[in-house]
Amino acid sequence: MNTFPWLTALGALPLIGSVVVALLPRSQPRLAKQIALVIALATLAMTIAMALSFDGASTEQFQFVETYPWIPAFGISYSVGIDGIGLVLVALAATLVPVVILAGWHDVDDASSRTTGSVKGYFALILVLETLMIGVFSSIDLFLFYVFFEAMLIPVYFMIGRYGGPQRSYAAVKFLLYSLVGGLLMLAALIGLYVVSANLTGTGTFDYLTLVGLDIDPGMQKVLFLGFFLAFAIKAPLWPFHTWLPDAAAQSKAGTSVLLIGVLDKVGTFGMIRYCLPIFPAASEFYAPVVIGMALIGIFYGAFVALGQHDMKRLFAYSSMSHFGFIALGIFVFTTIGESGSVVYMIAHGLSTAALFLTAGFLMERRGGSSVISDYSGVNKAAPVLAGFFLFAALSSLALPGLVSFVGEFMVLLGAFQKYMFVGALATFGIVITAAYVLRLYQKSMTGPLLPALEGMKDLRGREIAALMPIAVITLVLGLFPAPVLNVINPAVGTLMTTIGVTDPPTTLNPSTTAEGTQE
Amino acid sequence: MINASAAVWAEGAPTLQEVMPAEGVFSLIWLLIALPLLGATVLLLGGRRTNTWGPYLAVLTVSASAILGILMVVGLMDRGAEERSIGQSLFTWVFAGQFEANMAFQLDQLSMVFVLLITVVGALIHVYSLGYMQHDPNRRKFFGYLNLFVAAMLLLVLANNYLLLYVGWEGVGLASYLLIGFWQHKPSAAAAAKKAFIINRVGDVGLSIAIMVIFVTFGSVTFDDVFGQASEVNEGTLTAIGLLLLLAAAGKSAQFPLQAWLLDAMEGPTPVSALIHAATMVTAGVYLIARSNAIYDRAVWAATAVVVVGLITIFMGAIIGSAKDDIKKSLAGSTMSQIGYMVMAAGLGPIGYVFAIFHLLTHGVFKAGLFLGAGSVMHGMNDNVNMRRYGALRAAMVVTFITFMAGYLAIIGIPPFSGFWSKDEIIHAAFERSPIIGSLAILAAGITGFYMTRMVAMTFFGKARWEDDAHPHESPKVMTIPLIILALGSTFLGMALLFWGNIETWLEPVVGFSTSTSPLSTEAVIAISLTFVIIGSIIGWISYARREVPIVAPRGSLLTRAARADLYGDAVNEGLIVRPSFWLSRLLIWFDGRVVDGLVNGSAALVGGASGRMRRYQSGFARSYALSMVGGTVLVLLALVLVRLS
Repeated sequence: MNTFPWLTALGALPLIGSVVVALLPRSQPRLAKQIALVIALATLAMTIAMALSFDGASTEQFQFVETYPWIPAFGISYSVGIDGIGLVLVALAATLVPVVILAGWHDVDDASSRTTGSVKGYFALILVLETLMIGVFSSIDLFLFYVFFEAMLIPVYFMIGRYGGPQRSYAAVKFLLYSLVGGLLMLAALIGLYVVSANLTGTGTFDYLTLVGLDIDPGMQKVLFLGFFLAFAIKAPLWPFHTWLPDAAAQSKAGTSVLLIGVLDKVGTFGMIRYCLPIFPAASEFYAPVVIGMALIGIFYGAFVALGQHDMKRLFAYSSMSHFGFIALGIFVFTTIGESGSVVYMIAHGLSTAALFLTAGFLMERRGGSSVISDYSGVNKAAPVLAGFFLFAALSSLALPGLVSFVGEFMVLLGAFQKYMFVGALATFGIVITAAYVLRLYQKSMTGPLLPALEGMKDLRGREIAALMPIAVITLVLGLFPAPVLNVINPAVGTLMTTIGVTDPPTTLNPSTTAEGTQE
Repeated sequence: MINASAAVWAEGAPTLQEVMPAEGVFSLIWLLIALPLLGATVLLLGGRRTNTWGPYLAVLTVSASAILGILMVVGLMDRGAEERSIGQSLFTWVFAGQFEANMAFQLDQLSMVFVLLITVVGALIHVYSLGYMQHDPNRRKFFGYLNLFVAAMLLLVLANNYLLLYVGWEGVGLASYLLIGFWQHKPSAAAAAKKAFIINRVGDVGLSIAIMVIFVTFGSVTFDDVFGQASEVNEGTLTAIGLLLLLAAAGKSAQFPLQAWLLDAMEGPTPVSALIHAATMVTAGVYLIARSNAIYDRAVWAATAVVVVGLITIFMGAIIGSAKDDIKKSLAGSTMSQIGYMVMAAGLGPIGYVFAIFHLLTHGVFKAGLFLGAGSVMHGMNDNVNMRRYGALRAAMVVTFITFMAGYLAIIGIPPFSGFWSKDEIIHAAFERSPIIGSLAILAAGITGFYMTRMVAMTFFGKARWEDDAHPHESPKVMTIPLIILALGSTFLGMALLFWGNIETWLEPVVGFSTSTSPLSTEAVIAISLTFVIIGSIIGWISYARREVPIVAPRGSLLTRAARADLYGDAVNEGLIVRPSFWLSRLLIWFDGRVVDGLVNGSAALVGGASGRMRRYQSGFARSYALSMVGGTVLVLLALVLVRLS
């Protein structure tokens, strides 16, 4: 089993698919979609097969490791491998790509000219993006990670800039500029890290495990940490680095938004867990109060701004910003429950984002693409199935107990509370505002009298239901039975906690045997 | 710190029961929940195909759960008192680090009585709804939501830990949201549903933080672990947990200061008001407090807060109930008030828990009967809810009238109707704590007599004040039979539970019990409270049966007007919370656009020369991006070379 190059094969499959799709004649848009969907489903099947052969009890931090020298002179290699955290994120990406393709089947049908891109181009870009997403979550060489991290911008840039709404150029450029700034900061830090590794070990390296093992001077850590962290904070995005997100979300096709916010932005929070904490533990601890402050501000700032939005897509964007606050909070409190909760939250947020954007996308498509909330009222009457999915997505977003988002959110809050009682308690109040903006949106758009302009609106078609159903089912099943993800996440978090050398605060009664010391 | 490990009410506090394995019929505890859940799933996903038979399936699943529940209570009665707590664990649900919460159930004497209340009253209300909702095009959904509610409520009372309880807690909230807003084309219904959910979320904050405190204190959120070790925890922590749980209870049970949603919740169809907003869901707060007795028994300030909240709500509800002309809203005020009694009783400690639950059960039955009776009246009066347009209906609706009277006599506490037994026990216990609490409870009983007599007089007596097109008629059998059964319950349940069921002995192992040593004898309490009830009733009778009831409500006193405005609960929420939130929202939107984004665009403009150029970038941008990629890579390589050389 270990001999099969799972990750390379997994990454190559959509890449090959994208080349095939791109080479098709423009006159065959239908075939392009079909091939893209088959490839995406095959990738998903392969991901499931890989997940099944993943050993949750393994003592190795990374599994399915492949290493080939790339630029040996600089200690750069093509090294891939995956732990439980990477695995669930790859699985998230592999699940959402076919869903997005199916949901966006007709989204770009009118695209034909060179400036707006072609139909096949859109689907080819999605597949390229899938390859890069798989790569970014499974790199265990920092240079390789950086390459994937930066390369991801290219397909997204075109997906926004060529297939988006009227303000798409502005949004795409803004997205790109932001990301570039982040990327450059990371690049600088990466070089610095290489230098440090060269000084400490004699030979510079980009190998993850070697870098984690280094004992970097705390002062240097504080500098290098910033380069990585800022890049990730822009990507995630955390307050106050978020303003590219509402524009990008508002101008993108629903599918683009799902991949961008649902998966790509997770690279930011993933990066914090995978790189910031283990490589710069002292700096992470040093900056934790600042990051927690940013996270707390983000939770409430995003929620309050979402409360007053007139545009659905912007509302979702600010809501995501609020959710990213929760995720970052869980990461930077350094408790086992918080870290595991953050990863579950990432999955849950990917799913709820997909459900929200896709359902809203189906809705807008039926009203000439308008995302203005007041253009809708009483939709439930004309399209009850659509309204039902909309409500489900809303409930998933507000973390209703019984859904996977609750598992993630509660774990994050508990993990925070365990460490900083006041922070955890304060963040908990976010659940009230979340409910307020989500249900306000539902009330305004779906209930009340049906707008005359919406008379005769068609309910969801089979294809659309087929795209949404898997997301709903996974959201519910993992909410009641999260063991499949927790079983792989928890060991990875255990390794993380050991690496950064932090133990959980003991409970007053029955402190666990592993925890050192007691409070009373 | 203070009084650590000293049980304040050690006398009467229960010791932890040993949990028995789930054997025989008890291996089916999960099925109690699964049956209505299955019904909900089939109805909500099955679509129009299930229109014809779906409602019957819903009745069937909840009835099957009821039968299973009856088999279980028989099974429990067969066992010795110390073998009546049964646990069933399905799998580990949420786990990380030291935290672990299981998908596990606990059926004991307390959850058993809830299971019976939920499934039996639930089944009756399902049957009634077959008639009440017969002509609604969406009744399939209605029954789906009702089944969902029953499943969630059963989960709430059967969970063996706080986190799983939370799932049921929010599940019933969701069902309540869906059913309040069932006629969601009405903006008022949709708004009421949202309001109920959001106010309940404030309560959820309390529940969430309570669970967190419980975990960091006990290292577990399982009931048995928590209650078994409560005596080892300092009083300050227990007080915090108690107050947070009280906040949660106040949300779900519409207690002050989170009461404002319940009156609006009457927008939902009447069977919903009966099942969810009178008999079961709104009593979940009382369940939570009674279940957590081990905490409140050792946190005297938290328990006192429970009493105070209960007392305030008793009066708020009674005053509102006295002023409303809408029959359902008047009943809703009454529900707040009656739950106030239960909450207050639960705050009294081991002398009160048993009677809180006792009153909860009798109230569940008679209030469901009253609501369904109101629904039956509305059914015959073109869905008019204004009691000023009722009057003299006793002849037109004989069954409804007689069954309503049974509920009426039960709620005002006339012997031997069931409310008498439970309410007087509460008042009696209240006197032991303090004569002031006891006197207030008696005063409120008098007000209950007033508003209920007013309701009965305006509806069934006096002159007919009907709208021209009203043709009052009795409801079909499918509706009146549940009414008759509930009326029998309103009449006999109190005696049955007290004398035959030995409710105190039954519940004692879970919630504890000590006989109150009240300064007043039982007879004295009965005499005084009956006097007050009769005075209140006579005032109500004279004002609303003997005198002409104007069709247009008179302006009324200051208190009446305040009561009609729900004692300004909405105004307070609106002024203190809702409007400031939107101001903050607008301020932040401005800030985000002008300051945060402005800074970004400004600095981008600085780099690019002028902000207008941002857009023109686009055409050449792919190229410049490629260039910067190349540039970046060159930089890396260069840096690496330099390092290598040094």
